[in-house]
Amino acid sequence: MGKASHSSTAQDAVALFDSIRSAYSATPTTLKIIDLYIGFAVSTALIQVVYMAIVGSFPFNSFLSGVLSCIGTAVLAVCLRIQVNKENKEFKDLAPERAFADFVLCNLVLHLVIMNFLG
Amino acid sequence: MVGKREPLNDTATTKTGQSPSPSPPLATSMSGLLGNFSFKTLKLKTKQQELLIRVSILCLVYILAFITRLFSVLRYESMIHEFDPYFNYRTTLYLTEKGFYEFWNWFDSESWYPLGRIIGGTLYPGLMVTAAIIYWALRFLSFAVHIREVCVLTAPFFASNTTLVAYFFGKEIWDTGAGLVAAALIAICPGYISRSVAGSYDNEGVAIFALLLTFYLFVKAVNTGSLAWALGSALGYFYMVSAWGGYIFIINLIPLYVLVLLITGRYSMRLYVAYNCTYILGMLLAMQIRFVGFQHVQSGEHMAAMGVFFLMQVFYFLDYVKHLLSDSKMFQAFLRITVTCAVGVGGVALGVGTASGYISPWTGRFYSLLDPTYAKDHIPIIASVSEHQPTAWSSFMFDFHILLFLFPAGLYFCFKRLSDATIFVVMYGLTSMYFAGVMVRLILVATPAVCLISAIAVSATIKNLTQLARAKDKVSQTGSTKGTSSTKGSSKGSIDQSQPFQKNGALVLLFGAFYLLSKYATHCTWVTSEAYSSPSIVLAARGAHGNRVIFDDYREAYFWLRQNTPPDAKVMSWWDYGYQITAMGNRTVIVDNNTWNNTHIATVGRAMSSYEDEAYDIMRSLDVDYVLVVFGGVTGYSSDDINKFLWMVRIGGGVFPVIKEPDYLVNGEYRVDKGAAPKMLNCLMYKLSYYRFGELTTEYGKPPGYDRARGVEIGNKDIKLEYLEEAFTTSNWIVRIYKVKPPNNRW
Repeated sequence: MGKASHSSTAQDAVALFDSIRSAYSATPTTLKIIDLYIGFAVSTALIQVVYMAIVGSFPFNSFLSGVLSCIGTAVLAVCLRIQVNKENKEFKDLAPERAFADFVLCNLVLHLVIMNFLG
Repeated sequence: MVGKREPLNDTATTKTGQSPSPSPPLATSMSGLLGNFSFKTLKLKTKQQELLIRVSILCLVYILAFITRLFSVLRYESMIHEFDPYFNYRTTLYLTEKGFYEFWNWFDSESWYPLGRIIGGTLYPGLMVTAAIIYWALRFLSFAVHIREVCVLTAPFFASNTTLVAYFFGKEIWDTGAGLVAAALIAICPGYISRSVAGSYDNEGVAIFALLLTFYLFVKAVNTGSLAWALGSALGYFYMVSAWGGYIFIINLIPLYVLVLLITGRYSMRLYVAYNCTYILGMLLAMQIRFVGFQHVQSGEHMAAMGVFFLMQVFYFLDYVKHLLSDSKMFQAFLRITVTCAVGVGGVALGVGTASGYISPWTGRFYSLLDPTYAKDHIPIIASVSEHQPTAWSSFMFDFHILLFLFPAGLYFCFKRLSDATIFVVMYGLTSMYFAGVMVRLILVATPAVCLISAIAVSATIKNLTQLARAKDKVSQTGSTKGTSSTKGSSKGSIDQSQPFQKNGALVLLFGAFYLLSKYATHCTWVTSEAYSSPSIVLAARGAHGNRVIFDDYREAYFWLRQNTPPDAKVMSWWDYGYQITAMGNRTVIVDNNTWNNTHIATVGRAMSSYEDEAYDIMRSLDVDYVLVVFGGVTGYSSDDINKFLWMVRIGGGVFPVIKEPDYLVNGEYRVDKGAAPKMLNCLMYKLSYYRFGELTTEYGKPPGYDRARGVEIGNKDIKLEYLEEAFTTSNWIVRIYKVKPPNNRW
């Protein structure tokens, strides 16, 4: 959302930002928690990328597994968010319990592979 | 309860007869017809009958797919075929004997002398590990099988499994009927059988199974939007990556499919879930294969997938913001800024990555797939392989038969009922058909798609026709016998004016369809037994009296090598025979079928095309003890070294400009008789192939030295060898082995 600040006039940007924020405040708390988790994962990935830019990517598999574990976590969380969001009509049939079970399973596989790859 | 079944069954069939659209999964036409006659006694529901028939058909198809691939075992014996499978067999043997750790760390000093080869890091281990696991499992169950039998039967076993996947895939994209037809078609399709007969122990055998499984699970994930299916798809992809280099096709087709859905406005949350989970997990899993390594983030071929991954994130984010913002004007501004930023960042990242050499450019193999003429001009080593040639129409007809014209019909049905799944199978079909046209061996990749799409055509057509035929039957019956239901009958009749013709026409067309399908079955069986079941290591020919003659010269020669040469002897031959010599002869070779070092192969090509004294220097520098050539002049075996010789010249000349192709040709013509070029008549390959051949009469009524493979009398009958001596020639002269003499004493 920071990209909005590139807007030509600052006023428009503020208006846009405000309307997004006001619309977002209506989101259920559970989804907000997931959003926080996603934001945390993405920022961790960004920190690692910045660190790599400064220090270098020498154990490349370690760098990759670090970044990919963050991105993977974020993406899987987004998927979970999509599935449990009541507004998405596509996933009416999918019980939230099932969605969460799938999420845990995928995370399990993801992190087992990451552990193997970390080196 | 039981008493109710029969009348219920009857009413169900009459209902389907009267209404033009019966409930589709309940009664496919076949089960309804059969059910009335044979299952009445069993007192089953229509649904149960349908299930029973479906399961039994699938079982039969499963068995059929296995046994149709056993021709080669019956004709010859249980043995490994061709060239590459011998390497796979050798590595599997090593794996089962020494275990995983030894296998991963295996440095093979018997190939690519003096370079050697790190086997663990340069092969796709999926096939070997699969065979080893099957072997260990059978051993655990105390079946005392030999590893060779497991290897021979791995490909048919996986072909059977592929039919099951094809069934579920067909069910997913169309209905159960199409699934059954797809399973039946793919079970006997020659395009697939060519790579999966018993004994053809090659990567493709398991890879097609993995390919279809990945696609099926991905389509399932897109249809359901479930993370679990996407995870399954990622695991299928992992298996595919571990088994075959063709995984590149998956990692490019799926992003392409996603892109097409995005462009056509079919983006959905389900697609987001399916693609992202599959991509992230699949990529991570694929990186665990050492041979693939970091390619998913570094090589140009994999960048499309990553680009689409980021595109999906941007798309999702925009979609989300659009959902939040009710003001469309505001969203337009936001959209413009975000898209500009995203495209800019992506472009800069790609440009910097390519310019700095971090992202490797596309490899020649990839180019040669997109552009059929590329390999011919730039990479002779790829162009020299016969299975990399562009496909002829006849081989399409040979491998697909009726599927070739059912394919467009199936495409029509797919477009008529467009959904996410049918779009996928259409794209799979079209892209793979293109690649099949570029390279003969890629017909294999197209086969599942062609079978699936044709199955849709067959199933939809037969379903429509049977409905038509049966509906008329019932209508005419009700119209004539029962006055009460005449209103229904007349209303039906008013819709379809020409009743008798339609019914008869439908029956005729049905008959035609079954005739075509039975022709397909006979064609497939004939092709399998005649063309695709020869092991190519044992040759068979018809004798003068129509009897079968077996030429077992290859194994004779390799056995001779194993028994009569020192264990550390180095054998030089053209690269085609490298794997077989190491696997069966157990001797070190200079080059083999894993063509990773072009220069080394070119050195061998140069030695073969030089004069004997020059070749001797090259051979001394490579420590060569024996030279092996394959010669078909006596038996008329046409794929011998003399016919491959021009490729040796080309590949050698590509690295060493001393070798020039025109030196070996006369007026652009390749010949071995008296009119041949002088360099041709005196090069090493010519001398080794035709040594002492001038004394031999091969055919009655022809002069001595008559080459039966090329149909000419050879030009140089008086060949003297100075630096080599004949060591062994097999009974039909197919393999000839020469010993390189040690250097002369200096005093």
